[in-house]
Amino acid sequence: MRAKGTLREFRVIGRKMPTENEPETPLYRMRIFAPDAVVAKSRFWYFLRQLRKFKKTTGEIVSVEEIKERKPLQIKNFGIWLRYDSRSGTHNMYREYRDLTVSGAITQCYRDMGARHRARAHSIQIIRCEPVAASKCRRPLVQQMHDSKIKFPLPCRVQKQGGRLVKANRPGTYFQ
Amino acid sequence: VAYLADGPEKGKIAAIVNVIDQNKVLIDGPTSGVTRQAYPIKQIHLTAMKVNFAFDAPTKIVRKELTEAKVDEKWAESSWAKRLENKAKRVAMTDFDRFKLRKAKAHRNKIIAKALNSKKKSLRKAGKL
Repeated sequence: MRAKGTLREFRVIGRKMPTENEPETPLYRMRIFAPDAVVAKSRFWYFLRQLRKFKKTTGEIVSVEEIKERKPLQIKNFGIWLRYDSRSGTHNMYREYRDLTVSGAITQCYRDMGARHRARAHSIQIIRCEPVAASKCRRPLVQQMHDSKIKFPLPCRVQKQGGRLVKANRPGTYFQ
Repeated sequence: VAYLADGPEKGKIAAIVNVIDQNKVLIDGPTSGVTRQAYPIKQIHLTAMKVNFAFDAPTKIVRKELTEAKVDEKWAESSWAKRLENKAKRVAMTDFDRFKLRKAKAHRNKIIAKALNSKKKSLRKAGKL
């Protein structure tokens, strides 16, 4: 998978094709984070093959729905349980991110895993992603934001955009 | 209250409602046409104006506090906003505007030069220069 742009959450439901022996097959639902519905379906089959004995050729996808965030304006602390392949083995991880939406947090996770562990998107499996209450957060980077009177300075503001290549005076980094 | 210097809501002001993390804040500007959204801190310039409400206050409360504190009027009166307005005017000048500007500048400089030169003359005459 290529984790392009911000990922979106899909609810994919699929089942094994009904046969004469088994006219009613159970439905399986998965919460897939993917850039679009096509990749979501593909990931669904990837996971389902590992978990159950049917695949794309012997099954069918019943529905693919994009799930929008319920409260996209509420800041949440997301705990993400994942499993990834490193160069020398596969490991489980628990990571925390602060974001407005689940998709935003998962996207942050993919980017972060790429940065910190050089893990590519195809080697990451998201096991579980849930909003976590502030008191139960374990990571200091997220806990430091749990301050009702939070304040921090913006010490060195580098302006990347705008400004000429050649300037008469040195640009300043102190401004509000 | 912050001025949004870049990004989709460039040029507007909004109040900071909460901090998401090191790089993003939740802003809301109901009186200035900014919907509640996450915004990168790098694209925000803080103003000296401060409005009091609890963090994560609903938009209704934010709107009430902003209108009570007359934030939009204070912003429009501030020299910062006026400077931005003048910059925008300069950029939007037509050739005719530039002509008018040139003539106005020339006229003003003539008045200054006249006053300066007459002062110089009188001082030179009095032997002070």
